[in-house]
Amino acid sequence: MIWVDTIIQGILLGGLYALFAAGLSLVFGIMRLVNLAHGDLIVMGTYLILLLVTLLGLPPFLAAAVAMPVMFCLGWALQKFLLNRTLGDDILPPLLVTFGLSIALQNALLETFSADSQRLPTSALTTASVQAGPISLGVMPLLTFASAVLVIIALNQLFYRTELGRAFRATSDDATTASLMGIKPANIFAIATGIALIIVTIAALYLGLRANFDPNIGPARLIYAFEAVIIGGLGSLWGTLLGGIIIGVAQTIGAAVNPEWQILAGHIAFLLVLLVRPRGLFPRAND
Amino acid sequence: MALLQTRDLIAHYGDFQALFGVDIELAENETIAIIGANGAGKTTLMRSIAGVLNNAAEAVMFDGTAIGTRPADEIMAQGVAMVPEGRRLFPSLSVEENLLIGTYGRKTIGHWTLETVYDLFPILRERRNSPGTALSGGQQQMVAIGRGLMSNPRVLLCDEISLGLAPVVIKDIYKAVPAIKAAGASLIVVEQDIAQAMAVADRVYCMMEGRVTLSGTPDSLSRDAIHDAYFGAGH
Repeated sequence: MIWVDTIIQGILLGGLYALFAAGLSLVFGIMRLVNLAHGDLIVMGTYLILLLVTLLGLPPFLAAAVAMPVMFCLGWALQKFLLNRTLGDDILPPLLVTFGLSIALQNALLETFSADSQRLPTSALTTASVQAGPISLGVMPLLTFASAVLVIIALNQLFYRTELGRAFRATSDDATTASLMGIKPANIFAIATGIALIIVTIAALYLGLRANFDPNIGPARLIYAFEAVIIGGLGSLWGTLLGGIIIGVAQTIGAAVNPEWQILAGHIAFLLVLLVRPRGLFPRAND
Repeated sequence: MALLQTRDLIAHYGDFQALFGVDIELAENETIAIIGANGAGKTTLMRSIAGVLNNAAEAVMFDGTAIGTRPADEIMAQGVAMVPEGRRLFPSLSVEENLLIGTYGRKTIGHWTLETVYDLFPILRERRNSPGTALSGGQQQMVAIGRGLMSNPRVLLCDEISLGLAPVVIKDIYKAVPAIKAAGASLIVVEQDIAQAMAVADRVYCMMEGRVTLSGTPDSLSRDAIHDAYFGAGH
C-alpha cells in the first residue's frame, strides 16, 4: 500500500511541475523563445505574493489573485521592451539575455529579501488532508494538481476556441504572413508572455505554500519545468502535464527508496525517456 | 487620382538592389497585371507595397496617404490585402480558421464574409474543418484568396496565384476575379503566364531587372514588344 501512496503523491507533485512548465511551454510554442529566467520569475512571483501577504495581510490565495494582473503587465512589458528585441533567426541572443535576466533577478531578490528562506503562512487549509480508503491525501497537493489540469484546459480553450488563440497559432506558424493578415506579432508575443506570467503566479502560489523558498531556487525549478516540457514533447500541453507526472513519480519513488535519490531519480527518468523517445512523448508534427 | 501608386520605388535586400525606381498606378476598380521573368522584381514590388519591405514614405501612396514606411499589419488595416506567393496558409489552422484570420482584431463591413467566400469557392465549405495544408494546391490557393478577401480590402494584391497549378485549375481560380471586382476591390495581379495576364487585366506592366520596361492596355501591346520587354531586346 505504501507504493500506491508513493505513486499518488508523485502524480500530485507532477501537477506542480506541470504548472512550472506550462508557461515555459506556452512561450516556447508561440515564439520559439527559451526563457532561462522562467524559474526565477516563479520565485519572484512567490516573493510578490509574500509581500502582499505581509504588507496587506491578505490570505495567500487572494494575494495571488492580486498578483496575477501585476505579473501579466510585467510579462507584457518584459516581452515588448526587452525580449522582442532579441528575437530573430539567431537563437543565441534570447538565451544570453534571459540568462542575464535570471542572474539579475536572483541578485535583486537577494538584495531585497536577503538569503533567509521564507514560507507563505500556512492555514488550516494548507495542512488539511482527506482520507481515501487507506491513503491520506493532502488538500494542497490535490488543489495543485487540479489547478494544473484547469490551467491546461483553459490554455487549450484559449488556443482552439478564441480569436486570440487563432492569432497565437498563426503567428507561431509564420509571423511574416501573420503580419500580412493584420496581426502585430510583437503584440501577440507580449500578450503570450503576459499570460505565461499569470500561470507563473499560480505556480508561485503553490511553490510558496508547499515548502520553504529563497532567492536561489529558481534555476532548479527551471530544470524541472524543462524536463517536463521535453518529456511531453515541445508544444503539447497535455504532454507537459504527463512529463511533470513522470518526474514527480520518479522523484517520490526515488525518495522512498533513499531520500538522497529524490532529485537524481527525476533526472534519470528524464534521460530514460529521451533515450527511448528523443522528441518526447507527443511531439508536434510540423516542427 | 490613382487609388494606389508607387513613385520612384527603390528596394534592397541587404546590399542587393532589387528595384530601381518603379512607377505604377492603380485606379479605383481597375485590374492591373505585372508580368516579367523570374527575378524581375515582381514579388519585391508586392512585398514593398504590402509593407513587408520598408521604403521611403512617399514611394508608396494609397488613397492620398504616404504608406511606404508603414508595417504590414497597418497597411492591411488600411485596406490593402495580399495573397502571398506560395499561398502561405497557416498549417496549424483549419480552412475556416485560415479564412477567419483575415478578420483578426477588427470588424469589417462589406460584401465578404465566411458565407460569401464559401459561395465564391463552394468546395471550401465542404473542407471547412480540414487542416489548410491537407487540401490540393488549387483549393489552398482558394483559401489564400478567401483569406485576403475576408478583410474586405480595397486593393487585393495577388502574387503568382497560378504558380504550380494545372491549367484547368487556374481557369477555375480566375473565374472568381469578376466577383471580386464586382464587390468593389481593385486588383494587382502578378503573373508569369502572359496570356492569363492579358485576359484578366485592364492594363499590363512588364518588368525586367527591377525596372518597368513596358506598360499599356493589353490590345495596345504587340507580341514583339512584350517579348523584348520580357527578355530584353536582342534576344
